Amino acid sequence: MEAPTPLMRVHNLTHAFGQVLACADVSFELHSGEVLGVVGESGSGKTTLLNCISARLTPTNGIVEYDLRGRGLSDIYALSEPERRLLLRTDWGVVMQNPRDGLRMDVSAGGNVGERLMAVGARHYGAIRSEAEDWLSKVEMDLSRTDDKPKHFSGGMQQRLQIARNLVTKPRLVFMDEPTGGLDVSVQARLLDLLRGLVRELRLSAIIVTHDLAVARLLADRLMVMKDGRVVESGLTDQVLDDPHHPYTQLLVSSVLQV
Amino acid sequence: MIRVERLSKTFILHIQGGTRLPVFADLSLEVAGGECVALYGPSGSGKSTLLRSLYANYKPDGGHVWVKHAEESGGAWVDMAGAAPHRVLEVRRRTVGYVSQFLRVIPRIPARDIVAEPLQALGTPLNEARAKAEALLARLNIPAAMWDLAPATFSGGEQQRVNIARGFAADYPILLLDEPTASLDAGNRAVVIALINEAKARGAAIVGIFHDDEVREAVAGRIFDLSKERAAA
Repeated sequence: MEAPTPLMRVHNLTHAFGQVLACADVSFELHSGEVLGVVGESGSGKTTLLNCISARLTPTNGIVEYDLRGRGLSDIYALSEPERRLLLRTDWGVVMQNPRDGLRMDVSAGGNVGERLMAVGARHYGAIRSEAEDWLSKVEMDLSRTDDKPKHFSGGMQQRLQIARNLVTKPRLVFMDEPTGGLDVSVQARLLDLLRGLVRELRLSAIIVTHDLAVARLLADRLMVMKDGRVVESGLTDQVLDDPHHPYTQLLVSSVLQV
Repeated sequence: MIRVERLSKTFILHIQGGTRLPVFADLSLEVAGGECVALYGPSGSGKSTLLRSLYANYKPDGGHVWVKHAEESGGAWVDMAGAAPHRVLEVRRRTVGYVSQFLRVIPRIPARDIVAEPLQALGTPLNEARAKAEALLARLNIPAAMWDLAPATFSGGEQQRVNIARGFAADYPILLLDEPTASLDAGNRAVVIALINEAKARGAAIVGIFHDDEVREAVAGRIFDLSKERAAA
């Protein structure tokens, strides 16, 4: 059986900030419905990689292709700026580590979600409001907070709102940068459970950057381990974590505290 | 259903000075449908390593682990030691079930849903999946009052029974069992023995590690002695 066309294909991606090589020669394919985890310690180039493949940072070298609806695999950096922006607003979602970077803090929760719908052409106020509320309840938000501004929300609520805002346009691919970073463990468990359920229910594809191996195990089908900007090991999540081969992966796995 | 060819596995512990731990080399094993093979040998002889290699949880250095994919999925032979990750995941979803020694608890997910999940992944309607999950939990003597609770607070034996129910929920053509009865009392051991024998009767190929002599004798038609393989490594 031949593998179908990948949703995304990255070939020899390299990005340097001046003389500093942030990520080097990264290649991978992502298939529809797959969740790929990118793990490694801070400074390993994970976030630079995520920014490059989500059309937010032009790489120094290499090709990022995405299976555009009706057009097939296309080089995302060969698209026009408006085409790229449309992609980011519709078929893609980006969940940032800091909700402040992914939300409009002075717009109501409902407005944050509705805004993405309006960006794809929705105009009927009632329909936008009911769809926004539908998504707010999916991420377990109390609907009495629909008209409140996210700057008054807790970190966990802000993160759930960010997820609703991203998923309302039914993207096929979601990028997440440390989605549970900075949350306390009980809030983190709730968010992880929510993400896990949504990924399955909507058959989402996702690329998740995290330094937390437990998060990676729970959410990712496949892992890439990065060190000094390079992918040192990749494979099935449980295989990489239970039978790590590269010295760095062995170190990473053995450094996790047991509870 | 399972054909292991010339399988080799050596662990290299890079953070402990590159220590090499050879486990087995050139190991071959065939398991037919309706048969249960017990892996045998002292602690450290590589029973778990072999079982995990059959599930592609461990990555062997050489050789092949051929498994016959379920008929609904075309019935092709897939090499778990060399297949692409998405292919391995598909074989795990449809064909090969694995019961580990410990339940990996997921916060907030109730016992019933943990058991029903493999069936849902195969497209079984929610009601039907839950009904089967409840029947298995009841059979394994988990009281109905606990079905809605997440198993994080369950005892070791209760967690293990939830784990077994999950492993037997979907009727996998191949089942891998890592000490399924380790922390169970006699009554529940008998239930597990019955479940294993029913799986054999419907034609499943089973490979297991059974510490308990009584369980091994009740289910296994054949013993595969790992200590002999170790000598070859």
